[in-house]
Amino acid sequence: MMKNLNLLWFKEKFFSTPLNAFLTISIIYLGFITIPPLANWIFFDATFIGSKKSDCVSGGACWVFVNVWFERFIYGLYPAEEIWRINLAFGILAASILVYNFANQKIRKYILIFLFGVFPFISLFLFHGGALGLPVVDTREWGGLFLTLVISVFAIIFCFPLGIILAMGRRSTLPVFKYFSIGFIEFWRGVPLITVLFMAGVMFPLFLPAGSNLDKLIRVIIAITLFEAAYMAEVVRGGLQAITRGQYDAAKSLGMGYWKSHFFIILPQALKIVIPGITNTFIALFKDTPLVFVVGLLEILGMINLAKTNPNWLGLATEGYVFAAFVYWAFCFWMSRYSLKLENRLKTSN
Amino acid sequence: MISNALKSFNIFLENNPRFKVYFPQGLLIFFLLIVVLYFSINAGTNMASRGIETGFGFLNKKAQFDIQFSLIEYDGGMSYGRAYLVGLLNTILVSVIGIFFATILGFFFGILRLSSNPLASGLATGYIELFRNISLLLQIFFWYFAVLRLLPPPENSLIIFDFVFANIKGIYIPRFDWTNLDYFLYGLLFTFLLIYFFNSYTKKLRNITGKQLPNISISFLILFLVPTIVIFLFNVKLEFIYPELKMSKNIYNYEGGVTIIPELIALAFSLSLYTSTFIAECVRAGILGIDKGQKEAAASIGLTKNQILRLIVIPQALRIIIPPTTNQYLNLTKNSSLAAAIAYPDIVLVFAGTALMQTGRAIEIVSITMFTYLTLSISISILMNWYNKRISITER
Amino acid sequence: MKKALKLICGFSIFAFLLASCGGDSSKNNTLEATKKQGFVKCGVSQGLPGFSNADEAGKWSGIDVDVCRAVAAAVLGDASKVKYTPLSAKERFTALQAGDIDVLSRNTTWTLERDAGIGLTFVGVNFYDGQGFMVRKNSGITSVNGLNNTKVCTNTGTTTELNMRDFFKSKGFSYEPVVFEKADEVVAAYDSGRCDTYTTDKSGLAAQRTKMKNPDEHVVLPETISKEPLGPVVREGDSAWEDVVRWSLNVMIEAEEYGVTSKNIDSMMSTENPAIQRIIGAEGSKTGEGLGLDNKWSYRIIKQVGNYGEIYEKHVGANTPIALPRKGSANASWRNGGALYAPPVR
Repeated sequence: MMKNLNLLWFKEKFFSTPLNAFLTISIIYLGFITIPPLANWIFFDATFIGSKKSDCVSGGACWVFVNVWFERFIYGLYPAEEIWRINLAFGILAASILVYNFANQKIRKYILIFLFGVFPFISLFLFHGGALGLPVVDTREWGGLFLTLVISVFAIIFCFPLGIILAMGRRSTLPVFKYFSIGFIEFWRGVPLITVLFMAGVMFPLFLPAGSNLDKLIRVIIAITLFEAAYMAEVVRGGLQAITRGQYDAAKSLGMGYWKSHFFIILPQALKIVIPGITNTFIALFKDTPLVFVVGLLEILGMINLAKTNPNWLGLATEGYVFAAFVYWAFCFWMSRYSLKLENRLKTSN
Repeated sequence: MISNALKSFNIFLENNPRFKVYFPQGLLIFFLLIVVLYFSINAGTNMASRGIETGFGFLNKKAQFDIQFSLIEYDGGMSYGRAYLVGLLNTILVSVIGIFFATILGFFFGILRLSSNPLASGLATGYIELFRNISLLLQIFFWYFAVLRLLPPPENSLIIFDFVFANIKGIYIPRFDWTNLDYFLYGLLFTFLLIYFFNSYTKKLRNITGKQLPNISISFLILFLVPTIVIFLFNVKLEFIYPELKMSKNIYNYEGGVTIIPELIALAFSLSLYTSTFIAECVRAGILGIDKGQKEAAASIGLTKNQILRLIVIPQALRIIIPPTTNQYLNLTKNSSLAAAIAYPDIVLVFAGTALMQTGRAIEIVSITMFTYLTLSISISILMNWYNKRISITER
Repeated sequence: MKKALKLICGFSIFAFLLASCGGDSSKNNTLEATKKQGFVKCGVSQGLPGFSNADEAGKWSGIDVDVCRAVAAAVLGDASKVKYTPLSAKERFTALQAGDIDVLSRNTTWTLERDAGIGLTFVGVNFYDGQGFMVRKNSGITSVNGLNNTKVCTNTGTTTELNMRDFFKSKGFSYEPVVFEKADEVVAAYDSGRCDTYTTDKSGLAAQRTKMKNPDEHVVLPETISKEPLGPVVREGDSAWEDVVRWSLNVMIEAEEYGVTSKNIDSMMSTENPAIQRIIGAEGSKTGEGLGLDNKWSYRIIKQVGNYGEIYEKHVGANTPIALPRKGSANASWRNGGALYAPPVR
């Protein structure tokens, strides 16, 4: 009886119509011809342990390459004896997130304040050094996944409030603010990031007084922030538009001014609605970071491109790219899943 | 003193509501002016002290560099302006190809993801989650430097159906050689006009009498019949010029026929894959966004399953799908600027790359490039807005 | 209320002025600034074996890198006190102009336009180069006259593209340029068979050849189609710094001419030859004074970095994968018929 039911379910799911049956069979065939060779290449025939290219003789992927260069891919050209500083900073970050997940509401508030108000400065100090006996590590030595994270985290922190302000500006009744915001948003949304980065990296010094200088990394972070803030503004605007007039009127009737009503009534609701959009913007920002290659910053993809041309490690581009793809995929997938979780949690609390 | 001043300022604001409107706006204008002035003064002095020339006169100068692939006639003896045009057309070409395939793939996987077959929806989910979460630049590198590199050298080309030759230097297909092509084009124009008038006539007929003619079938019939008549009547001929393998020294190259360079293939391919994942999500949202009641209502007034899909579901779903899809088209066009990484001669590589290096006119060239992308973006927006308006609900 | 307005205006103008005068102080005194910050800011390529290349430990090496190391040895006493900035061809000049770096040592061709036109100064030549072509050995091409109807890989942002067109135009050949942003991409494309030939500076060809899967399958054609003297660049108008970089380079060339190497320099300290005494900063010579350095500066360069011949052999010489023959080329010392000639250290 049970068996019969299973069979019925099976037929219903996979072979209900001729088209469905065709789909099922072709997908199985597709999996059959692609998965075994891929799995062989990645796992079964691959070499994991070794110290030079000639250790790879098994015919599969040569993960030795990633293994040997791992530290460079993660930390870039950061001096080896100072790497503990990066680890410490990310350790603090991980620890506070961990505590946050288990703490009660009151402690959580302090952790949030710490994360957004104090931690950025602590981490910047750790990365850059220059006091308390820590030698200076110039930004030109930053690289790898570490640089990817620095760029994306700081750009995310800055583009969020800027995007909110721009979205509010676009809905403002004051024409100068409105049209400035519209112009700003549409300009950044209309041009490719690569030209913006090129401007920030190569042309911007022309616009500063002769001899003065702004660190290249800072210029790049500013450029990415402005660019993504325009996208963020459009997302937030969508949320603001979804708030009914009644909410605005209610806030006004309580005697709240423009800023007060926005910060305590309108924005919290609007932002909750557009969590998926915000996450998508963050993900897009994260995925855009390899473009900093145009100004010569070596984030993780740049480090892999550097490594794959080292005479001792030629012909291993695919392994490097697969590794980078895995890293990007893991981060982006985690972000999108986390946003889904957040969305659901906020939904039920409503 | 400062706190006193601020206090009196606040009181003043409360007493003068109009000032409250004008003052912050004036302040913003003032700051913008200062910023613009500051940067332009610096740029002026810097360029003067470094002896950098300014102006757009360079656009008429000889470019003196060659470009691999061009839709219009181009040679290094022509001007920088012409080189710009070549780059722009190449950007448009790859964007159009990318948009075309991204739309097809996007709709396919978007619909597949909603399939009741777990294997099919699983495949679609896997496809979407894989390609949307990996940096586009990485995907371009991967297809160009890891996958397309596996193609054989010209002497052992992959031959598909005896007329497509794929090798590492590109994909070669036959070139069309038309006789009396103009008659055929006129015939085609006539066909489209005919179809248009026929459709507007049946629409009128339907509005008046309520009769529904088999519009689509008749339109297809016209589309097939009229050109066929034209072809026989005016002796239109199509011949193919096949690419041939030529050898000089020990180097093999295909000549004749049309060359599709591998850079174009890799770029169009990765742009399509990447963008299709986003379009698939738009499509899914669009189809899920239609109320089930709509379908039931349509069925209850006796529409067939086919009619429900064509007249009820698709028009409404499109209305939800089009605005976000437009954004994806814009993104694809802008992302095509990554071409520079793999030697596809788009506007960024040709104009903001080579031309910029040769002339040193960074500010002019980057401004022109940005302005061009802005114009492209706005054009696509306007086009899609027009289409969107056409299909949106007209409330009576 | 007027007060408040004034306050705000005043504040914004103040902020504006503050922003505009920031950073002007160190502009014309790179030497002092370098001594103070304790490292030399050096712009290099994004990876060109033999000239500037990083290994898996993140250590840079090459001929171009050694120029910066020499400057660091002279100014700071330690050749390792250099911070490297890898730069693309596109951004190298603006990086120097803006002060991101203080020495640009990135296989940069010395041309009139660059020396006079963009506020930079070339201090010398550390490598004489010229544009050439590389082909596969089995292509059967043995001279540039066989290059008709070929696909040519090269990179943008240099004079290479123009030279290439001039060459093919003058020969009446047809060709198809495949132009990449970065040298690494050119190599990958050429190596996989996308192009029939690869053109760039000959030293670059030799260096990039080591990045091919089978370097032995490729050969550089004998002809040279252009003149490319490569050398370090500094900002115009800072003559103290310019002198330090120029003489750091010259002293290495000079040391080779007089047979002073990093190995024998200590035994040479007691030499009677006055020219050598000056080169190695032996007792009594005061070569450092005019440069704003101590008198041991040249000793440190030779001891820590080596003379020109040593550097050449170490990075691009016969025993390296790059194997650029020095004998008979313009890079040989003038005594051996080359063009390498340094003004005397005295």
